[in-house]
Amino acid sequence: MTLSSVTEFDADSPKFLRGKYAICGIGETTYRRGSEESTRNLATWAIKNAMDDAGIGSSDIDGMLSYSGNDSVHAPWVAGDLGIRLNFYMDVHGGGSSTEALIGIAIGVIEAGMCKTVAIYRAMNGYSQVRIGGTGARSAVPIVGDQIHNRAYGWQSAGQMFAPTFLRHMYDFGTTPEQVAAVKVAHSKHASNNPKAYYKNRVTVEDVVNSRIICKPLHLLDCCVETDNATCIIVTRIDRARDCKNPPAVIQSVVGRCCKPRIDMHYQHGPISTVAGHYAKNILWPNAGLGPEDVDVTGSYDAFTFTTMLQLEDYGFCKKGEGGDYVSSGAIELGGKRPNNTSGGHLCEGYTHGMNMVIENTRQLRGEVDDSCPIGPDGKRQHTHDYSEGGCRQVKNVEVTANLGWAMPGTGSAMVMAKDVR
Amino acid sequence: MAIVGEYMGMALTIDDQDKENREFFNWCAKGEFRLQKGKKSGLLRYPPTTACPWTTDRDYDWVEVEGKGTVHSYVEVHHPIQPAFRDKVPYMILLVDLDTQKGEPSEHEAIRVAGNLVTPDGEFAEPETIKSVGIGTRVRMVFKQVTEGFSLPHWTIDQDAEQPISPWRYPQE
Repeated sequence: MTLSSVTEFDADSPKFLRGKYAICGIGETTYRRGSEESTRNLATWAIKNAMDDAGIGSSDIDGMLSYSGNDSVHAPWVAGDLGIRLNFYMDVHGGGSSTEALIGIAIGVIEAGMCKTVAIYRAMNGYSQVRIGGTGARSAVPIVGDQIHNRAYGWQSAGQMFAPTFLRHMYDFGTTPEQVAAVKVAHSKHASNNPKAYYKNRVTVEDVVNSRIICKPLHLLDCCVETDNATCIIVTRIDRARDCKNPPAVIQSVVGRCCKPRIDMHYQHGPISTVAGHYAKNILWPNAGLGPEDVDVTGSYDAFTFTTMLQLEDYGFCKKGEGGDYVSSGAIELGGKRPNNTSGGHLCEGYTHGMNMVIENTRQLRGEVDDSCPIGPDGKRQHTHDYSEGGCRQVKNVEVTANLGWAMPGTGSAMVMAKDVR
Repeated sequence: MAIVGEYMGMALTIDDQDKENREFFNWCAKGEFRLQKGKKSGLLRYPPTTACPWTTDRDYDWVEVEGKGTVHSYVEVHHPIQPAFRDKVPYMILLVDLDTQKGEPSEHEAIRVAGNLVTPDGEFAEPETIKSVGIGTRVRMVFKQVTEGFSLPHWTIDQDAEQPISPWRYPQE
């Protein structure tokens, strides 16, 4: 017996839920180093902000999802703090690429009738407790069994683990350090218009390539910032979302932790300069019923400058091998064809394991990005669309956004959202 | 009893139940690079797994494989993360395409084996040696003991092999 092939993806299957679910609430803490607060306190703060953003109370939420690498607080504590009685919860192990995956799980459990509205959070003291770059607690974990094949060689941190893919892309396609540095330059411009961003200073290509090498090809400024923060996204059915305070960001398509072959050790199956987006795109675009050319704003995960570039390429925003040209063309900057990570992302705003990129795209779809533009008499921000330093970061007429989440070269998640059309 | 070895100040543990890793590193301690060969597929695999990725076959033999290959990509660390590596920077991790089974069973597959770039005696390579190694460099395997019955495979430049005139390296030195 042969099961129907999973590589021949059938996008007409009735299981797709395009347009039936939405993000109705988003919340963040500040992005800081040295929070001096527990992850429990950070989580309740972010969830409370998301509830206020949605205009809903404790009795409106009955599901909770969180993810972490044993560096966060479990949902029951947070739910108890906020007086939420749960019909469903799950604390999932994992980091980057969990955001979109958990949004997909939330849709699934609501669709199954297990609960009605799910708050998804990620709380972390990524600087002051468990440093996300891998120093301290993360490198002190005992090395057992399968991990010997990498950690015993000093091959452990995210940058170290991804470097063979990054270097091989340069080898295969002639991608240059200067091209990829343009990702940091773009995101730093965006962050300079984001009062919440941890790093608000604009940098140049020279600043990036002249900063010290951490692990080739990564300079210090090719790497994201480590911060302490929590973030929350509330997912519910579209009809409920329409009753909330802010316009819904409508979910068109979601892909969760899609993997390359041999994910136990993905370098066995090349080309190693290709990432999971190569596979994920075959789920993302057919389910959404549109393609990369229809997207106005992207949120391509920027743990490193290279991750943004690789994903944009493998999801089809440019031809394979031309990611370096694409990210250095100005297309990904505010004012460009398709801005990426308009909040400054992980490179500049703060590190959240993917959440802040979905939060930012939700704001872009609402047309209510929280920059420094003046607030008018109607209480709404009067966006100038002047993207010079300290100015606006709202993109004009955003109708479709794409988030491209990254766990590692072999695993990724993605989501397309659209403005509500009734 | 689990095998516990101290290596560069790091405790490395192989549990009793972890038969696959235990056998792999046991063979390394005898100076032999052995991989699991699926009985059905006849294909070798790395690192140790509990079934054949091509056939789901759980039966295999440990087969000796020549530890020779070409650098497919690499990592060159200048800022150490683990305390054990603080006085080793810069150091390299090589991802090596074994000559055996390269391009099989499909074009982009190869047995890609990790290890540090070391001298023929197993010492971490000096910065000058590192600068001579890149994508395309021909290397051979050497073993470094962790404890009795447990050695790690590493890579050293294959002095007997024909080397590329200039292996590909990251452009900024």
